[in-house]
Amino acid sequence: MQTFLQYLLNGIAVGAKLINFAHGDVFMLGSFVGFYAGGWAARHMNNQAGTLMSWVVAAAIMLLSMIACGLFGYLNERIAYRPLRNAPRIASLITAIGVSFFLEYGGQFVFGPDPKFFPTLIEKHLIQFGTITTTNYQIIVLVVAVIFMALLQYIVYGTRFGRAMRAVSFNFETASLMGIPTDRIISITFMIGSALAAVAGILFAVSYPKIDPLMGIMPGLKAFVAAVLGGIGNVPGAVVGGLIIGIIESFVGGSRFSNFTPAIAFIILIGILLFRPSGLFGKYEPEKV
Amino acid sequence: MAGGQRVAGSGWENRDAPPPATRHPPSARLPWWLRDLIYAAVFIAILIGASYGLDRIPIGGIAYYRRIIVLMGINIILAVSLNIINGHAGQFSLGHAGFMAIGAYFAAFLTVFYFAPYVNKFPEGTEQWLLQNGLLLVAVLLGGALAALAGYIVGLPSLRLRGDYLAIVTLGFGEIIRVFILNINKIGAARGLSGIPNWADFFWVYLFCGITILISWRLVRSSVGRAFLAIREDQIAAEAMGVDTTKYKVKAFIIGSFLAGVAGGLFAHYMMYLNPEMFRFLKSFEVVVMVVLGGLGSISGSVVAAIILTFLPEGLREVKDFLHTNKDPRMVIYSILLIVLMLTRPQGLLGRRELWQVLARRKDTIPTDERDQGDATDRP
Repeated sequence: MQTFLQYLLNGIAVGAKLINFAHGDVFMLGSFVGFYAGGWAARHMNNQAGTLMSWVVAAAIMLLSMIACGLFGYLNERIAYRPLRNAPRIASLITAIGVSFFLEYGGQFVFGPDPKFFPTLIEKHLIQFGTITTTNYQIIVLVVAVIFMALLQYIVYGTRFGRAMRAVSFNFETASLMGIPTDRIISITFMIGSALAAVAGILFAVSYPKIDPLMGIMPGLKAFVAAVLGGIGNVPGAVVGGLIIGIIESFVGGSRFSNFTPAIAFIILIGILLFRPSGLFGKYEPEKV
Repeated sequence: MAGGQRVAGSGWENRDAPPPATRHPPSARLPWWLRDLIYAAVFIAILIGASYGLDRIPIGGIAYYRRIIVLMGINIILAVSLNIINGHAGQFSLGHAGFMAIGAYFAAFLTVFYFAPYVNKFPEGTEQWLLQNGLLLVAVLLGGALAALAGYIVGLPSLRLRGDYLAIVTLGFGEIIRVFILNINKIGAARGLSGIPNWADFFWVYLFCGITILISWRLVRSSVGRAFLAIREDQIAAEAMGVDTTKYKVKAFIIGSFLAGVAGGLFAHYMMYLNPEMFRFLKSFEVVVMVVLGGLGSISGSVVAAIILTFLPEGLREVKDFLHTNKDPRMVIYSILLIVLMLTRPQGLLGRRELWQVLARRKDTIPTDERDQGDATDRP
């Protein structure tokens, strides 16, 4: 349940047709910001969990984490991507790997390598829907995720900015000729992507209350797999890709092939790309001379 | 290298240079097989000498440096072989650790379960020594062959996928291999495979290092290598010129993964222990970083970068000691250096040139703008 929700939030990872290997680590950064802010808040709140106040605090923490990660996303783009925009594509891939290493090992250096428990901000209790039992956490995660996905969908397809973003993604040079401030658009895209990664990080940390500096590697990679599966740059595609991976993974996890779960996402990916080289919903773009 | 290249310098990019002067090295008068034999004999003699020397030098901590030097040789094989796929053929592969794992595990499997018990039946002596080294060669080559088969299987989807898609598929393939190894109990699963005899040493590693560089060097100057370069530069144009792009891409994968498998086999017989965790995609990243840092398509660049990146984390130990922390800042500094290096030299340390061209400061060996490398068609 929660697993695929993060993937769909992570879908923006490749929004602007750029591989961002550091995305999963921004996700980690977001949850750590939440961890420290939450820890600070918990010390000053005197166990008011469950009251209206704790909801406000939780929302504030999420906002703080989004701002911090958005800022990081901006710096990341500014320092590691913009200078390389005209360089070979692979160079920016290497810097992305460098940023990813920097966050992972820097995280281990600063936060310490041992897992930490995320503070409880809102009390957890069970909810009964007929025969289905769930927790209020899962519902919160679902609601928040759906809100942000809808918001993202609106930004990408319903605003001027989103149109500019899609134009830049479609053809960088032409977009620039049409007067679109490409640099600014890409910066903002990175900020949005990083802020969403922060949301995913917090949701993950809340529902699975254990975080460590290397926690972002696999979700980051699988977010990318989900995005490729759905077709790069296609938000609903990324959502569906994330859902497919999440559902099949949980099925395999429950079967006797559970040992193979870590490989499942990739096996699905290879299987689908063999038949649809540009992902499930990606448009086939013939090569032009 | 074994001389004989017609164009002084590197080759294809040299089209504006005047035709090479009639500069015959003296060895050109010998028949080619004799000349090559002499080169090979000299190379092997140097290796034996160096290996013998490294064993005997009475410096404190030499064992530590020996170990790093041997691992450096394995890294050079990996980087140069990945350079064939990524640098020459321009197919972005992130699955090198997977091929290495196949080679390592298969070679180790053969040795542990079949070869080592057989060798141990013989009394110690020349016969056993010969048999041991012969069987090491067989194991390593068979490991390479299985990795090449895997490369063929991965190469097939690469016919249709490009750029990011191929990168993620190869990365996924590496992870799939790792997960499968993790589930085969016979070769240790998550416990790792131990009890591999220590058969590979400095000599074997650097012998294969030399062979890898030679293969790569001769390959680029063959028709196959030219086809690789054509595909890298412009796939559509290459196709229009009659290059069977599919065939050559698969070839690149097979050759690269064979050599990676060989490196894995040597690694297994040097480390004496294997664990699936050694072959995570971080290992693939490491090799890709070497290739890109050295300069895509530059063989000596890969070698130089492999040397630097093997020694860098070791050298940074000093920093750790200096800071008096028990936390490890090495990888943090490593990643910052990586970013800074990429920002200052996006085309890699040597670009597309070879080391000696850079040292000779030949400015215009690269007529085209360097930024036009990689697959230029889908640059953001």
